[in-house]
Amino acid sequence: MSDALVKVRNLQVKFVTRDRTVHAVNGVDFDLANGEVLCILGESGSGKSVTLRALMRLNPDSRTVMSGTVEVGGHDIVAIGEKRMAGIRGRVVSMIFQEPMTALDPVFTIGQQISETVIRHEGISASAAHKRALDLLDLVQIPSAERRLAAYPHELSGGLRQRAMIAIALSCRPKLLLADEPTTALDATVQIQILLLLRRLQQEMGMGVIFVTHDLGVAGEIADRIAVMYGGRFVEEGSVRDVMRTGLHPYTQGLLGATVHEGMRGHRLTTIRGAPPNLERVPEGCAFAPRCDVAEDACLTAVPELRGEPGHRARCVRLPA
Amino acid sequence: MLLYLIRRIAYVIPIALAVSLFCFLLVHIAPGDPINAILPPDAPADVVAAVRTAYGLDKPLPIQFGIWLGHVMTGDLGRSLATGRDIWPDLEGALKNTLILAAAASAIGFTLGTVLGALAAVFNGTWIDRSCVGVAVAGVSVPHYWLGMVMVVIFSVTLNVLPAMGAGPDGTSDWSLDWAHLQFLVLPAVTLSVIPMGIITRTVRGIVVEILNQDFVTTLRGKGLRPSGIILHVLKNAAPNALAVMGLQLGYLMGGSILVETVFAWPGTGFLLNTAIFQRDIPVLQATILVLAMFFVVLNLGVDLLQTAIDPRMRRS
Repeated sequence: MSDALVKVRNLQVKFVTRDRTVHAVNGVDFDLANGEVLCILGESGSGKSVTLRALMRLNPDSRTVMSGTVEVGGHDIVAIGEKRMAGIRGRVVSMIFQEPMTALDPVFTIGQQISETVIRHEGISASAAHKRALDLLDLVQIPSAERRLAAYPHELSGGLRQRAMIAIALSCRPKLLLADEPTTALDATVQIQILLLLRRLQQEMGMGVIFVTHDLGVAGEIADRIAVMYGGRFVEEGSVRDVMRTGLHPYTQGLLGATVHEGMRGHRLTTIRGAPPNLERVPEGCAFAPRCDVAEDACLTAVPELRGEPGHRARCVRLPA
Repeated sequence: MLLYLIRRIAYVIPIALAVSLFCFLLVHIAPGDPINAILPPDAPADVVAAVRTAYGLDKPLPIQFGIWLGHVMTGDLGRSLATGRDIWPDLEGALKNTLILAAAASAIGFTLGTVLGALAAVFNGTWIDRSCVGVAVAGVSVPHYWLGMVMVVIFSVTLNVLPAMGAGPDGTSDWSLDWAHLQFLVLPAVTLSVIPMGIITRTVRGIVVEILNQDFVTTLRGKGLRPSGIILHVLKNAAPNALAVMGLQLGYLMGGSILVETVFAWPGTGFLLNTAIFQRDIPVLQATILVLAMFFVVLNLGVDLLQTAIDPRMRRS
């Protein structure tokens, strides 16, 4: 897959401060093709957002140690200089965030925040940028666009703010869009609108999308492929269909068992006991073993390899090698 | 926005009235009968009564206040007890001198403070941060009068490059923009700038650290903005709060530092107040405090309006 849009090999991210070191990501490998949608699924602290931010080197510079290979659109993200990295952000790869209220600058208008991105990367005039901003608001289906361009973030509803955020992210037609739980902070009805919008834009523009969420329903709605993340590693990877129907890893099965879906009436929801691992100390074996009902001695000695068929693999010793 | 402007200006009226009431009562709060300040203690009773009537002191307090307010509104601040002259011309000169000094001191203090504070915030936790904060703490801790005298010893006595006292050559205080006049400004302005510098450094540092931790800064980086573009956003976000503190500091500086103006014999409001206090010249005190308080009120109004112009969220209520 040398023509992959994203190529990640053995990505490790540590946050080092004087008091402690947190091993947030401990060896992640994946590829993403042009126009493909990958969903990274996991609970808080599993390293999914850190992985996403690592793809455009947005983790805080001063305390982040990143190693491994990360290539996005042919650029070596780990080694590239900060100036060139800034030139890639927003143009080749851009990101939308969970909370559009805090992710937008409160004292600049929506129009200013869109225009400055376009002006930065394409060097066009302010009036051309204004025109582009107007088109972008139409693209993300914000009504009365001209008026909304002059609005400040606090004057818009949550759904409109997230649409404006998407407009900023798409303003320079990036090849890769990273979405960090973009629907989590929104009402259920607005969530589905935003998901539908993202899916339509993704298809129209042919972007690759990496979508981080803890919501299985959202993942099923938008993804081509799902990666389940736990303790800073991908523990399972496969097509939406395969993972949702026959989760291989006990953690995936636990997630599915704890989620409401069709045909569940009368059934009791199960929970995963325990809490996620403390990533200051990475366990030697499978990170999920302490919470796993079917753990064996072998789980504790080494991190299991990904096993299974090429299209659907999981890190579990109980799968046939 | 216009409605907000009108309402905000309307709020100033009760504040101004309260301030004038306080200044008026100053004469009556001060121990003893105000008449004692005008006449010698052994004045005959009929003279006392005559003077009391002449000054309107025989009327009830609310009426006296009304009359006084009427005079003040028409620009008549009364006469000095010590010199017998009208207060306004002297006060005007002192205000002008203090304004020059305050403007110079805040130009130095606010600029340095903003730069040091922003540097400290950007390099939060490093030795750069600690040095900037160290300078700030030293700035607010060093006593004014001591620093002033040390500067006089170094620059006037030892090096003999700057004048030690006064506001202009030959004891005059007529202002003009040339070195002959400006050199008198250097030492007092630098001395006076040290405290606002320290306060602004710490304020700006706090504000900018908080802003840099906000999510939208990550968005800005994620859009690929250059550092200069990000700084623009941070500045506009920091401005409302920083301006509020700067406004207060400028207000304090306008009150004139009695200590600094005394050390450098700078004929400003601090100097005037100091003299008035020693001479128990209550009308001068009254007038000076009133004018300075009004200046403070107007300054705060200006800061409020500026903040509202910068931050759209403040326009709502």
